[in-house]
Amino acid sequence: MIIELGHYALVLALATVLVQSVLPLIGTIRNDRSLMAVAPAAALAGFMLVLFSFSVLTFAYIVSDFSVGNVWENSHSLKPMIYKISGVWGNHEGSMLLWLLILVFFSALVATFSANLPERLRANVLAVQGLISVAFALFILLTSNPFLRLSPAPAEGKDLNPVLQDIGLAIHPPLLYLGYVGFSVCFSFAIAALIEGRIDAAWARWVRPWALAAWSFLTAGIAMGSYWAYYELGWGGWWFWDPVENASFIPWLAGTALLHSALVMEKREALKIWTVLLAILTFSMSLLGTFLVRSGVLTSVHAFATDPTRGVFILAILVIFIGGALSLFAFRAATLKAGGLFAPISREGALVLNNLILTTAAATVLTGTLYPLLLEALTGEKISVGPPFFNLTFGLLMLPLLLAVPFGPLLAWKRGDILAAGQRLFAAAAIGLVLSAAVLYAKNGGPVLAYFGLAIGFYLIAGALTELWLRAGIGKVAANVAFRRFVGLPGSAFGTALAHIGVGVTVIGIIGVTAFQTEHVVEMKPGMQVEAGGFTLTFDGMRRGQGPNYTEESGHFMVARGGVAVTEVWSSKRLYTARRMPTTEAGIRTFGFSQLYVSLGDAMADGGIVVRVWWKPMILCIWIGALIMMAGGAVSLCDRRLRVGAPQKARKVKPVLEAAE
Amino acid sequence: MMRRLLLAAGFILSALPAFAVNPDEVLSDPALEARARALSSQLRCMVCQNQSIDDSNAELARDLRLLVRERLANGDSDGAVIDYVVSRYGEFVLLNPRLRGETLLLWGAPAVLFLAGATAMILFVRRRGGGPTGTPLSEAEKAELEKLTGERN
Repeated sequence: MIIELGHYALVLALATVLVQSVLPLIGTIRNDRSLMAVAPAAALAGFMLVLFSFSVLTFAYIVSDFSVGNVWENSHSLKPMIYKISGVWGNHEGSMLLWLLILVFFSALVATFSANLPERLRANVLAVQGLISVAFALFILLTSNPFLRLSPAPAEGKDLNPVLQDIGLAIHPPLLYLGYVGFSVCFSFAIAALIEGRIDAAWARWVRPWALAAWSFLTAGIAMGSYWAYYELGWGGWWFWDPVENASFIPWLAGTALLHSALVMEKREALKIWTVLLAILTFSMSLLGTFLVRSGVLTSVHAFATDPTRGVFILAILVIFIGGALSLFAFRAATLKAGGLFAPISREGALVLNNLILTTAAATVLTGTLYPLLLEALTGEKISVGPPFFNLTFGLLMLPLLLAVPFGPLLAWKRGDILAAGQRLFAAAAIGLVLSAAVLYAKNGGPVLAYFGLAIGFYLIAGALTELWLRAGIGKVAANVAFRRFVGLPGSAFGTALAHIGVGVTVIGIIGVTAFQTEHVVEMKPGMQVEAGGFTLTFDGMRRGQGPNYTEESGHFMVARGGVAVTEVWSSKRLYTARRMPTTEAGIRTFGFSQLYVSLGDAMADGGIVVRVWWKPMILCIWIGALIMMAGGAVSLCDRRLRVGAPQKARKVKPVLEAAE
Repeated sequence: MMRRLLLAAGFILSALPAFAVNPDEVLSDPALEARARALSSQLRCMVCQNQSIDDSNAELARDLRLLVRERLANGDSDGAVIDYVVSRYGEFVLLNPRLRGETLLLWGAPAVLFLAGATAMILFVRRRGGGPTGTPLSEAEKAELEKLTGERN
C-alpha cells in the first residue's frame, strides 16, 4: 500500500510541476500576478511530493520489500543498512529518481530564496525549472519506474553489485547530482533572461551564487568518485578518461568558465551574451552526460539500438531543451546590449582567456568522447580514443592556463599592466623554481618535465598568496594595519585565492604520482619481503574471514622502515555470495600525503600469491586540492550572502537577513 | 564512475584467473620491459570498456601483452609492434588514434576551436566602437526614477 502511495505521489508531482511550468508562463505573458505567484507554491509542493516518493522507495529498501521489482534486483536482506539505503540510487531507476529529487530541491530553494527577485524573472525561472522537472518525471514514470511490483514476491533479493557496496556510493552520486543538476538553475535564469530580453549586472549577481554552489558540489563529487575508483578498483589508477568520467568533467570545465565569466558580468557588465550562452551550454553538458550514461549508448551503439526506449526518450529531452534554448538564444541574443569596454590586457581580458581555454578544453574532451560513437554511426569504422589522446591535448591546453592563472587577479579591471603584474609574480615564480629544485636535490634525478610541472604547482600556490599579500599591503604598511586589511578582505578574495591554491595542490599531486610512483609486481610466499618507497613489506600469510554477505581472504603485511616496524597492512579479496562476484579490497597506508597501496592478485599453484605494491608519492594532494577548491567556492558563497541583498526594498527591513540566492 | 566500477566488476567476473601484469609475464631485460609497459598502456583491451591491456585482467589482454613482449624480444621497434598489432586487430586497438583522414577532425578540433575562439574574440574587440555601455532603464524604472526625483524636488 505504501509503495502505491509513493508511486501516486510521483504522478501527483508530475501534475504539480506541470502547473509550475505552464501557469507562471501564461502569467508573465498576460501580466497576471496571481498566475505568476503560483510558481513558488507549486515548486515547494512538487519538492514535497518527490521527497515523499523518494522516501517511500528508501523505505522499501530498508524493509527489503522484494515485491518491488527494483528492490528485488538491487538489494539483499543481509546487506548492511547503509548499503541498503545507498542502494536506492545504485541502479538506473533509483538514480533517476534522485536526479529528479535534486532538481525539484533546487526549484524549491529558488522559490524560497527569491522573494526579492523581480516577479516576472522569478516566475520565468521557476517555470523553466518546472519544464525540466516535467521532462524527467515523465521519463521516470514512462520508462524507468522504480515502483513496479512483482507477483508473487520473491523471498530473497539479487543483491547490489558488490563494487557498489561501499561508502563511496552513499556520497558520490548525491554530490555529483547536486553539481550536475545545480547548473539547471543557471540554465533557467538564462532562459528567463532571454524570454524577458533584458539582462544586467543584477542578473549575474543572482546567478553566480547558484553557479558557485553547483560548481563546488560537482568538484567534490568528481574528486570523491576519483578517490573511490582509486581505492576500490584495485589497480591504483585515479583518472581513466572514461566516457562516464568525461560526462561529469565536461560540465565541470564549462561550469568553471561560467563562474569566471559571470564575475566579469557582475562587476563590469561585459560578456553578457557569452555568459548567457555559457549558462545554457553548461547545463546542456549535464543533460548530455545524463544521456551518455543512462542510454547505454556508451557500452555499444548496438546495445542502444536494441533497446532504444530510454535512450530515445533522453535524446528527445536533450534535443528539446538544448535545441530550444539555443534557438531562443539565436533569436533573442541580439536584443541584449553589449556591456562595458575593456582593453585586451585587463582583468576582463584575463578572464576571457580563461574562458577561451576552458571551453576549448571542454569541447576537446567532448569531441574525444563522442568521436568514436559518431564515426561508428556514420562510417561503421571503430576507433578508440583513450587516455593518451586526452593527456596530450588536455595537457597542452592546460599549460598556458595554469601559467596565466596568477596573473588574472593581479591585473586591474578595464586596463591592466602586464609587466607590473609580472614583476609582482617574480617572487612566486622564484619560489616555484626553488622548491622544485629542492625536490630535485632530495630525489636526485627524475624526468625534467616533472620538475617543471612541480614548479608550476608551487608557483600557482605562491601566486595566489601573492594577491592576498599585496591587497593586505604586507610589508608596505604597519603590521597591525596590514593585519586589519587582511582580515577585512572580502570573502571572494579569499575564495579566489583558495580555489587557485587548490589547483596548485592538485597539480603537485598529479605530477608527483605520475612521475615518481613505483610499482612492484611479485609472487610472494609467507616470510618474503618487497621494498617500496623506502619501506620494507614482509608478507605474513593469508587469513580467511567472513562478512555479512561475503567471504574474504586477507593477506597480512608488516611494514618496516630501516629495520623498525612502522605499521601493518591488510589487503583482501572478497567473494560476494549472492552474486558469486569477487572484489579486491586494497590495503592502503598513508604517510603524509603519500600512500602505500597493496593489492592482491591470484594464488599460484606453488602456494605463492601475486602481490602488487605501489608507492604513490603525493597522491593525496590530488583530492586535497579539489577539497581546497571546493572550500574556495564555499568561502566565496558566504561573501555573496552578505552583499547580495542590494535589490531588496529598503522599507521592508526584515528581522532576519535572508540569503538572496 | 559508478558505471566504470560496474563494468570493471563485470570483467573481474568474466576473467577470474588473471590479474593485469603478472610476474611470470615480465621480461628479464628491464629496458625491454619498460618499452613493453609503455606500449601496453596505448593498446586497448578488446573485450573491455575503455581499459588498456596494461590495466586489464582479461584473458585476451594477457595474450596481447605476451604478444607485445614476444615481438619486442624478437627485436621489433615500437612502431613495428604497433603496426603488427593493428594489422591483426584493426585501428580499434589503439587508444591513441593515429592521424588519418578519419581522425583529422578529432586531432584538429582542439587547435581549430582554440583559433576560432581567439579570432572571434579579436574581431569582437576590434569591431566594437565606443557606443554607450550598460543597460538602459526600462520604462517602469524611468517612471519610478522620475517619481523619486520628483518627490525630492
